[in-house]
Parts: sequence; C-alpha cells; structure tokens
Amino acid sequence: MKLNKLDKNLLNTISDIDHIPAGAINIRKDGKPVLRQSSPNILITTGETGGLIVEIKPGTKNETVHVPVIITKTGLNDVVYNQFIVGENADVTIVAGCGIHNDSHGKSRHEGLHEIIVKEGAHLRYVEKHYGEGSGTGQKVLYPTTKIIVEKNAYAEIESVQIKGVDDTVRITEAYIHEKAILKVIERLLTHGNQYAESDIKIFIEGKGGSGQILSRSVAKGNSSQIFRAALVGQNECLGHVECDSIIMDKATIKAVPELIAEDSEAVLTHEAAIGKIAGEQLIKLMSLGLTEDEAVDTILESFLK
Amino acid sequence: MLHLENLSFSVQNNGQSKQILKNINLQIERGKLYGVTGPNGSGKTTLAKVIMGILPHTEGHIYLDGEEISGKNITQRANLGIAYAFQQPPRFKGLTVQDLVKIAQPKLKNLSIRKKMRDVGLCPEDYMDRDMGSGLSGGEMKRIEIMQVLARSAKLAIFDEPEAGVDLWTIQRLVDIIVGIYKNNPEAAALIITHNRNILPICDELIVFEEGKIRLQGSQAEIWPLIRDDIVCQVQDTCRGEEII
Ligand SMILES: Nc1ncnc2c1ncn2[C@@H]1O[C@H](COP(=O)(O)OP(=O)(O)OP(=O)(O)O)[C@@H](O)[C@H]1O
Ligand SMILES: [Mg+2]
Repeated sequence: MKLNKLDKNLLNTISDIDHIPAGAINIRKDGKPVLRQSSPNILITTGETGGLIVEIKPGTKNETVHVPVIITKTGLNDVVYNQFIVGENADVTIVAGCGIHNDSHGKSRHEGLHEIIVKEGAHLRYVEKHYGEGSGTGQKVLYPTTKIIVEKNAYAEIESVQIKGVDDTVRITEAYIHEKAILKVIERLLTHGNQYAESDIKIFIEGKGGSGQILSRSVAKGNSSQIFRAALVGQNECLGHVECDSIIMDKATIKAVPELIAEDSEAVLTHEAAIGKIAGEQLIKLMSLGLTEDEAVDTILESFLK
Repeated sequence: MLHLENLSFSVQNNGQSKQILKNINLQIERGKLYGVTGPNGSGKTTLAKVIMGILPHTEGHIYLDGEEISGKNITQRANLGIAYAFQQPPRFKGLTVQDLVKIAQPKLKNLSIRKKMRDVGLCPEDYMDRDMGSGLSGGEMKRIEIMQVLARSAKLAIFDEPEAGVDLWTIQRLVDIIVGIYKNNPEAAALIITHNRNILPICDELIVFEEGKIRLQGSQAEIWPLIRDDIVCQVQDTCRGEEII
C-alpha cells in the first residue's frame, strides 16, 4: 500500500522514539528498560513494582521527559506501573506512548498504569501516542490507565492520540481536580478494519474554582467500533465541559456516552456530542478544487484529527 | 468556450419527475463577464452545479472548447479549468484558511496568499491560521470562498452570489477584482450569479432565469434596461423597503 498523507504524518508522530533526544528519557523495549538517562532536574528510578518513578524537581522549567514503550516480540504481555511526580511550579512535558510492531499471528499486549501527581502551581503537558504495525494477523492490544491528581492552581493537559494499527484498546482515565486547578483531556482516535477502541474518562472536580474539559475527536472506518464514555463529576463550585465529535464511515459503529454529575449547586457542567458522516458538501468542495474523492476524504479526516 | 446544448436537469420526487432546468442553450465566450440573475428558486445555482459536475444533467450536452465533458466528474472538470464559488460554502473542522487556499492553488507561495487575502479584504495576520470550522462569520466564509476560486486561475469561474453577506466596501473591491481579471481576458470568462444592481450593469452579457428556463439573454445594453426596475423592486422587497446598496 502506498503511503498517504495520514500514514506519513503518523510516522512523524512516533518519531520521538526513533532517535534519542537529550534530557531525561527511559526507553522500555519488550518489557525491559533498554536506555535510561536522568537529567539534573528530572530523576528516573525503578520503583518497587519494577516500573518507573519519575520525579521532577519543583520549579523545573521547559523540560521534556520521554518514556516510550516499544514492543517487537510476539506473545508478550507487558505490564507496567509508572509514577510521575511533577514538583511545585514546574513547567514540563511528558511524552509517553507505545508502538507495537507485530509481524506474526500471535498477540502482543501492553498494559500500562500511569499515576501522575501535578503539584501546586505546576504546569504539565502529557502526551501519549499509540501505534501498531506489522504484517501478520497478530493482535496489537493496548490497555492504558492514567490516574492524575491536579493540585491547587496547577494546570494539566493530557493529550492521547491513536491513529492506526492498534486492534484492541481500552483506555481508562481518572482525574481529580483540586482548588482552581485546570485539566484538559484531549483525545484523537482513528479506528479501521475490525478494531475496537474504548475510552472511559472520569473527572472529579473536587476543589472550588476547578475546571475540567474533555475534547474528543474520532473517526471510525471499516468494521471498527468505538465506545466513548466521559463523566464529569462536579463536587464544588466548578466548570466542566465535554465535547465529543465523531466521523463515522463504512460499517463502523460509535457509541458516545457523555455523563454529567453535579453534586453542588454551583457546578456548571455542559456537554456536546455529535456523530455523523463526512458532509457531502465538504467532499464536493474539495473535489471542485481539484482533489480526487479519496484525497478529499484523507484531507478532511487528517485535518479533523489534527 | 463553454457550450450548453438543450440542457435539462430533473429530479425524482415521490415517483414524480420534476424538471428544474429546462432546455438551456448557452454559449460562453472568453474575455466576457456574464451576469446571471432571476428570482429565488429559478435554477441559477442548479445550472452552476451542473456545469461543475456536482449535479448530473439528465438531457443535453456540455462542451468545453469543443470537447463533450458530460462524462467528466467534478475533479476532472476542476482540472480542465472550471471553478465554482459556492453560494453557501461548507465549513471544515481543523482546516485553516491557508490550508484551503493551498489546496485550491498548490503553487501559491506565502506572499501571494497574503496578497490574495488582502484582495478580498481579509488581513492575512488575522486570518491565515483561522480554523475553517465554526468561528468564521458568514461574510468571512464568503470572502474566503471567492479567494479560493480567484486563486485557481480558472478558465471558467462561476461565482454564486458573491455579494451575499459581504459588506459594501468589500463588494466593490471584489467586483473590481473580478472585472480586472476576467473582462477582456483572452484566456478566461466568469459567470456571476447575482441579484446586485451594481454588479449586473458592469457585466458584458446578461442571462435572466425564470422557472428553470432562460427568460432573457443578450448584451448588457439590451437586457439591463428591461430588468433594472424588477431588480430594484426585488431588492427593496427583500429588505422591506430599505435600499441595501
Ligand atoms: N435535489 C433537489 N430536489 C428537489 N428540488 C430541488 C433540488 N435541487 C434544487 N431543487 C429546486 O430547484 C429549484 C431551483 O433551485 P436553485 O438552487 O437552482 O435556485 P436559485 O435560482 O439558485 O435560487 P436562489 O436565488 O434562492 O439561490 C428550486 O425550486 C429548488 O427547490
Ligand atoms: Mg442559488
């Protein structure tokens, strides 16, 4: 198959694990750490369970930690428990993510539990990209769980992207937002073939003036199916918003379940959910600018998931 | 350049066939500006869509430079040099204004994109990276739409009510640009669908639609005096007696 724009972008997306960047990094391959490097402000150690403990010193600014996982062995069931502590007033990016290459007919599976504490006043961007490839019929399975606590006045953004190649995924995100803290969860998902993807997000806005936002965009092609559940629990005077927007194609199915739970009369919670196919007018517009129908579809999907 | 011969378009409605375009004959020549007008629902947009290949005509022929293009799809007609600025341009989530102009004309460099934006009254700094999703106003969408078609350097450009929703200052500027590009251009022609009584008189040829048929057709000098009063009246009716231009 020839690489289309989407494919190329994807390769670009996971290039973080193609070369070794400077700064703090831990590469885990087939269940074992193959490279580990701390930086003066970011300490990476092994915890009791064998997973990582990443400690970011208070006040650390503009640093990035890479913690990619790659799986190239078939039949592997990799389970890991990692902890991240972002110190007070730090401003950092964590790039996680998992790439599976499986050319065989056996299953490859990765199950990761990430626990993140964003301390007072800190600013975190957490990016997690998932990708699978390989010629065999072997299933590429990912079960990531992220638990995050956003302390007073802190800001966190979780961005998860899964564009291709993962056959079966259940992603669980659980968050606790304290006073005047902000959390944004951004999801980008594309499923095709017979893939199954489920995302379960639950955000508890506990502190006064806290704010939680979930923005999900997904595309389901072929016979794939997606389930999206997003619950916002407002336990104080707070703001919460869920937005899920999906493009459905072919014989795919999508189920979107936004849930708002207000436990305080000052909680303001809203949601928008939309599922629909590509608008015919959009295709016609792009074709009238000289694109073929396939190119028009690719352009629309690519920009929608950007 | 473009020749429509006995062109008809029908749709099936509850088993009944409804003719929307009826036996249209039209000859479009290079170097001329054509003004197409007529009441709401008279078939103007339908004609534009049939020429672009968006709707399949049910009878007749379309020739572009002597070649029958009835069998060509939208993409092929676009590549043959036909361009159409939609009456109601669609929105695109995640695509920026700049992305769309680059799709319209991949050869354009940033500097020319900026110039094209200024031409339609959009400040490049503010609009280059704006999302084509929900944030843009109707008039802004319209100007971006016109800019795309101008960027294509088409041999036949069709503008469907370019003035709709666009402010007065910009309309005049758009008209000047369209006239500048298409009037006396030995390579190209433009078809402007409009109700605007400032645009119609500057066209070389006028075509008046009514109930899917061409009611009147001829030079501006012949046709404008016949329809001028209707247009003024119609404009005043639609805005409850106030002049909009
Ligand atoms: N797919 C369709 N099915 C049924 N009727 C249609 C269809 N498309 C267009 N029509 C009808 O054909 C007629 C012509 O529509 P068209 O959009 O071409 O009008 P117009 O002249 O562009 O009007 P306006 O000035 O309002 O833009 C209208 O009565 C419209 O309702
Ligand atoms: Mg119309």
